[in-house]
Amino acid sequence: MQQYYPLFTAIPLAIAFVNLLITKINKRAGDYLALIATGVLAYMSIKMLFVGPFSYHVGGHLPPWGILLVSDGLSSLMLVVINVIAFLSIIFSLKYMTTYTAKPKYYSLFLLMVGGMNGVVITGDLFNLYVFLEIASIASYALVGFGCEKEELEASFKYMILGGVASTGVLFGIAFLYSITGTLNMPDMAMQLELVGINRAVAFVIALFVMGFGLKASSVPFHAWLPDAHPSAPAPISAMLSGVLIKALGVYTIMRIMFHVIGPNPLVSSIMMFLGALSMVVGGLLAIGQEDFKRMLAYSSISQIGYVMIALGLALNPGIGMMTKALAIVGALFHLVNHAVFKSLLFLCSGAVEYRTGTRDLGKLGGLIRKMPVTMTTCSIGSLSIAGLPPFNGFWSKLIIIMALLRAGYMVYGAIAILVGFITLAYFIKLQANVLFGKLPEAFSEVREAPFSMVLPLVILAILCVGLGIAYPFVETEMLRAAWDTLLDKAGFMNLLLGG
Amino acid sequence: MVLYFLSLVLFVMGLYCLVAKKNIVKKIIGITIIEYSINLFLILIGYRRGGVAPILMKDMSVAELVERGVDPLPQALVLTSIVIGLGVLALMVGVCLRLYEKYKTFDMSEINRLRG
Repeated sequence: MQQYYPLFTAIPLAIAFVNLLITKINKRAGDYLALIATGVLAYMSIKMLFVGPFSYHVGGHLPPWGILLVSDGLSSLMLVVINVIAFLSIIFSLKYMTTYTAKPKYYSLFLLMVGGMNGVVITGDLFNLYVFLEIASIASYALVGFGCEKEELEASFKYMILGGVASTGVLFGIAFLYSITGTLNMPDMAMQLELVGINRAVAFVIALFVMGFGLKASSVPFHAWLPDAHPSAPAPISAMLSGVLIKALGVYTIMRIMFHVIGPNPLVSSIMMFLGALSMVVGGLLAIGQEDFKRMLAYSSISQIGYVMIALGLALNPGIGMMTKALAIVGALFHLVNHAVFKSLLFLCSGAVEYRTGTRDLGKLGGLIRKMPVTMTTCSIGSLSIAGLPPFNGFWSKLIIIMALLRAGYMVYGAIAILVGFITLAYFIKLQANVLFGKLPEAFSEVREAPFSMVLPLVILAILCVGLGIAYPFVETEMLRAAWDTLLDKAGFMNLLLGG
Repeated sequence: MVLYFLSLVLFVMGLYCLVAKKNIVKKIIGITIIEYSINLFLILIGYRRGGVAPILMKDMSVAELVERGVDPLPQALVLTSIVIGLGVLALMVGVCLRLYEKYKTFDMSEINRLRG
């Protein structure tokens, strides 16, 4: 498996290029190409879960000179999340994207985005990370504006300007780190920074990275683009953006750099916990008032990312006990996986509803459970999971995060996390009441169940929601243990440079 | 040191242009200026007064190259970052033209159908 590791970026980038050429001859080929490519990637990523940590030297150059690819518990977990959700989104797109023109271009951009995200996750070189981050971002700017209507273009432009500033901030930070340490290789840089310690230059880098990656993760002071961009994209792209992109480009990069390169310190910890709490509250409160199906889900994404950020911030505090730290990381990673599952499920549901009814205004929908029973049952499962009702997966991850906060003695943050849990329940009850139940409007009396290729990914994701919740002990030992061991083991990451 | 300061001034000018100007073409110019200020900063990291190109010539010892050669890595990074900047710029201008087709204006304050 080791020698195939670069294929995680090579396959999507190559297929994205080939796809445009082949679809000039045969229009249908794009569907099969995208389906096969993402299917192979999903299979490979699941196999990677069972491979131990290793590092791959691109072109055979020995570190710290060549580009280093790193595989450990954290990157394997992220690869599974990215590629499985991408595969399901492509299945959904087969039918859904027939309502748009230029389907081949859509598949190419989609694959570019997947390739960029996989690259961010597998790389062990900081500048390489920036390049892949930009590939994924540029593809996502284009996909947000894919509909080419007034709203889509405006959202895309807004996202592009803010994303551009974030990217330049990240590059600025990387340039600073290079001038401090003289290397771009992440394990090597971690070793050099151990000698330097946290001086004023490193503190400035931390500020730049919190701004840059925080904007990509849409934590609250930098969240303005998300509620416009995510609803404007086509539904499978919203699922990818909310479910995966903000995590791969924002949360994962913060995790990797703060835990492994700069190292845990109280400054980052308190910033992250504050931003996390702010995101939870503001995102949750703004979600209640929304009248648009997708906009509500977008605000809810901000709120849920807050949970992940607050738990990560807690784990970055070197002053707390090992058990609490481990608990916080398990909570953060589990909530990250869960949010990817149920948020993509809900966005795909909104796509299915829009495909059949032509609207996503909560005021105009209603009573759809009688007309679209399967879609609406999965939507209900997703809503209950995200609201944190047992036995669904969201309950466990929120419970662990709140337990970790209370164990560490952060009573106020713990209380906020519990309160936001209730707020989440409130706006998902509003969603359910307005879409599933109530009176069926006259106009929708002819509405039928969504086509099979749309229902299939919904059912798979709903089964995952229930499965991850019921099989929680298995998930913790089999999937998350490797990842949290990795995050707590900075020395192990630095040893990747020396070992192979 | 003065040069580092000037690249910061350029950065701030770009940021001002981005925040204060309403015309979307000017906003695009602002973001390009920010990009260039960072490219300049990267070049300055590898700069060395009186340095030579980092190529080992026949009449030069390795010690002399280490003594006088500039750091080649930032130059490679800047090339990559310029190419990425070009990609972003092209996409921005494309979206900007489409926006003009739809709204018949470049004024950002009139393009406000979304509330953020």
